[in-house]
Formats: sequence, C-alpha cells, structure tokens
Amino acid sequence: MADIRVGRLDDIADGGHKVYATSGREVGVFRVGTKLYAWENHCPHAGGPICQGKIFGQIGEELTPDKRSLGLFYTGQKHIVCPWHGFEFNVETGRHPGDEGTRLKGFPVDVRDGDVWLRLPG
Amino acid sequence: MDDRASAPTGVFELPTIDTLSDTRDLLAHATKEAEKLKDYFVVDSDGHLSEFPFWQEIVARLDNKVYRDMAESFKERPGSPPGLSNAMPGMLYQDMFGRIPHQQRLGEKTPEKPHKMVTLTQRAMDTMGLDYMVTLPTPMLVLGMHPQPEIEAAIGQAFNSWMCEDMLPQEKRMINMIYLPFNDPEAALREVEKHAANPQVVGYMVTSTRYRPVHHDCYMKLYAAIEESGKPISFHSGFHWGDESMKQCNRFLSMHAISFVYYNIIHMTNWVINGIPERFPKMKSMWVESGLAWVPFVMQRLDSEYMMRTSEAPLLKRKPSEYMREMYYTTQPMERDNLDLLQATFKAINAETQLLFATDWPHWDFDLPNSVTQLPFLNEQQKRNILGLNAARLFNLEVPKHKLGSPQPGPVAEAAAAQGVRVSQGR
Repeated sequence: MADIRVGRLDDIADGGHKVYATSGREVGVFRVGTKLYAWENHCPHAGGPICQGKIFGQIGEELTPDKRSLGLFYTGQKHIVCPWHGFEFNVETGRHPGDEGTRLKGFPVDVRDGDVWLRLPG
Repeated sequence: MDDRASAPTGVFELPTIDTLSDTRDLLAHATKEAEKLKDYFVVDSDGHLSEFPFWQEIVARLDNKVYRDMAESFKERPGSPPGLSNAMPGMLYQDMFGRIPHQQRLGEKTPEKPHKMVTLTQRAMDTMGLDYMVTLPTPMLVLGMHPQPEIEAAIGQAFNSWMCEDMLPQEKRMINMIYLPFNDPEAALREVEKHAANPQVVGYMVTSTRYRPVHHDCYMKLYAAIEESGKPISFHSGFHWGDESMKQCNRFLSMHAISFVYYNIIHMTNWVINGIPERFPKMKSMWVESGLAWVPFVMQRLDSEYMMRTSEAPLLKRKPSEYMREMYYTTQPMERDNLDLLQATFKAINAETQLLFATDWPHWDFDLPNSVTQLPFLNEQQKRNILGLNAARLFNLEVPKHKLGSPQPGPVAEAAAAQGVRVSQGR
C-alpha cells in the first residue's frame, strides 16, 4: 500500500467530486459534508469511467397509505452515474440501488493538514 | 497563504465527461480491451450516426426539388428543426435526461476534413478496436411510421445518396446497409438496384418499426432483387411510444425494453409462417438490435403451434425454428444477467456461425467487444467467429493483415502525458 497526496480538500466542493489519475489508477473522491469517499473509476458493469460521470439525486416514488402513486421525488441521496450506460451508485456506500452485489471498489481516503490522501495498493 | 499545488506531481485530474468530450477520451477505458484484440477481425454489424446535425446536407440530396424546398424551408424556423422528419425530439429519453452525454450529442472538436461524421466513426472504431462498422441512422429508425409514404421514400433516397456517395468514399472501413423505404415497395426496389453494386453497401435495412406485413405480395419483386444481389436484408428494430400497445407503458424503460423486441417478433413470425425462406431460399436475413432472448422464445412458440396447425403454413417443409436457425442475428443489446439462459440461446440460434457482434455505438445501451470475449462458455474460435469472421463471410469482407487501427490518445490523455501521467486505459 502507498499513501498518495492527490489534491486539496478545499478544491472539492461539498456535494462534489474530483477524479484523479495516479500510479496507474483512476480514483474518484467524493465529498459529502465533512466526509470523503474514494471509489475506483471503473464501473462494474462494463468498465466505464463511472467517476467521470455526473452526480444526480436519487429518485424515489412516493405512495399514499393505500398504495397509490404520488409521483416522483428526490430522496436526498446522491448517486454517481456512469456516463457509458447510466449505472448509478450511491456516493457514500458505492452500492447500486437495485442490486446489493453490484458495487464500486473503494479505497481508504483521509485529510491531513488540508490535503487529500489516498491509500492505494501497489 | 497556502501555495501548495492543488495537483501534486504525478497526479492528473480527469474531467467530467460531457457532450463536448472527445470520443477517444470517453471510450479510453475500452482501449486496453481493444489492444487484446489486435489479431482479431472485429466487425460492428450495427453502429450508428446521429443524422440530425447533418440534416441540411442530407435533405440537400433529395432528388425531388419540391420536397427539397419543403425541407430546406425549415432552416428559417426557430431552432432549424429537421424538416419532413417524423421523429419526436421531445420524447427521446434515451440519454436519461443528461445522465449519458454521448447519447445527447457528440459535440467534440473535429478537423475540417474528413467530414465530422467520418471522424467520429473513425475515433470510435479505433478506440474500440473495430475493423469495420456498419453505419446506420438514428432518428430515421422511426421513419417507417411517417404518415406519408412518399416522404419516407424521398428521405430514404436522400440519406442513401448522402451516405453512399458523400460519406463512404472517405473511409473504407465504414460499410452500410442502405435504408429501404419499405412503405413504398417500388421505391425500395429502386434503392436496391441503385446501390447493390457498391462494395461498401453490404446489405439492405428495413426499419422494423412500422405496420407492414412483410409477407405481402407487393414485396416479392424486392425480395427477388435482394436475393439476386447476394446481400442480406436486415430488420432493424426500434421503439415507437405512439404505438397503441406501447402507450400502456408509462416508463421509457418499459416501452423501450418491449418495443425493440415486439416489432421483430411480428415480422419474424410473418416471415417464417408465410414461407419467405422457402420462396427465396438464397436470401439471407438479419435481425438487428432486439437482443437475443426473444429468438428461442419465438422458436418454441412457433414450433409448438406449427405442429398442431401445419395446414395454416403450407409452404413450410420444416419446423419454424429450423429456418430461424439459418438466419443471422446481431448481439446487441445482449442479455447477460443469466449466463445459463444466454448459453442456451447461443445453442438455439447456432451462434457459432449465425451471430454477429454489434456495438450500437453511440447509443446509450451500446456493447463493447468484451461483451463477447468475456463470455465463459465460448471457445476461442467461437469468439472470433462472432466478433468478425461470421460478418466477413456474410458481408464478403476481406480479412485484412492489419486488423486494428492504432488508437491515438485523446486531448485529456495527451494533457496528462505532458505532465508525466499515463491515464489508465481500463484494467
């Protein structure tokens, strides 16, 4: 494992993300409030550059107590969407919302003195 | 003030992919896979272009001056809509409302020459490791639903002229199945007669989204000409949310999943039960972009009913599935979630000789060559056949010595290299 400094925390807006190429890997770093999440830029579906997609709000469908649809709404969860085919993953869990087994590969990430550090194999 | 560099040495920040991204950067993760295919002959039997950005060039090729003037008059309208087209841009939801930029637009920079459409196709072919790509239109896939058959015929003629005379000569690796205006059988026959001798025309495409019985007697002269040419007829499916059955679906997902199969199920059924393969035994047929799972379904349904109601299909000498096993199918969008079912499908359709790889690029549900190479139940020769050798046989393509274009790095990869960072090309 190697610790690699990839950038400054201040460069990543809250709710935003950056994608870094380093040491033969591509990793997306996502900021949600004070927390960071790092996912490999590789979609488990077809190998697309998942982290270079855009973040969209997760869409839900609200039902009445008697199960009628009240239409679509944003749940407040954020999803990164693969620009190749549209597979989407929760930026905090790395999981596909429709299949627990389909998920992104994560890496340890932390902040030291304002710098973002990734711990990568190799 | 903290003056530390935000991008440390050896780190390159990759941009978000959008409608202006270069195809070579967008598909960079496919390049490593393509490198593994250097000694494979790979033919994309169903690739596409988006013709609306070039619509004024296309309608300028209308032979009929009245229609040409009618189409060109739309230039003066706000937004210059594609005159005479029946596509409904406001209901084209394929890009999932911005989630898939390349389906929205390929707005990247291209050199002045060759034509932008040619450059985009070359970049896609090189990046994915393709030797040939069949280049078919996109919004025109619904042209068979145009209420004016004469307009379908006119646009079909114009598109074929533009493609065959203006585009194909610029890149020999681009091949085409010309558009058949199937609502006007005489016009369709004229297009076959006009383009059959072109070596880059490898077949004839009927857009399946239409209400026409393919066994009608009005098509027999057309089929005879197609059989005589030795090139296949293809039925390229599509969607039409205006179809009364499809209107029952409230989500694009539902309608799209069913519609792309629905039309080819109907045409295949009429094609087989009315004995078209018996009437034209040398005519080769291809069934495009319906995936594969529908084929064994139809085989079983038709065989079952045929054995009980043989008197209603007197031209048949064998079971329907036996005719269907001799037809050709394209892979995309290949259903891969259940490999046991997929393997059974491959066996049912005799995929080793009848299946043709297709990307459907640049559409949202495109497949890469790894959709075939990663299938665990195929042997090496079967993969080679499906990826390109079956198409070489069907399209009469010479398998070249140099089978793979050399993919050039895109602007992002070049910028990264300038800073000493090699951008990953997938893993």
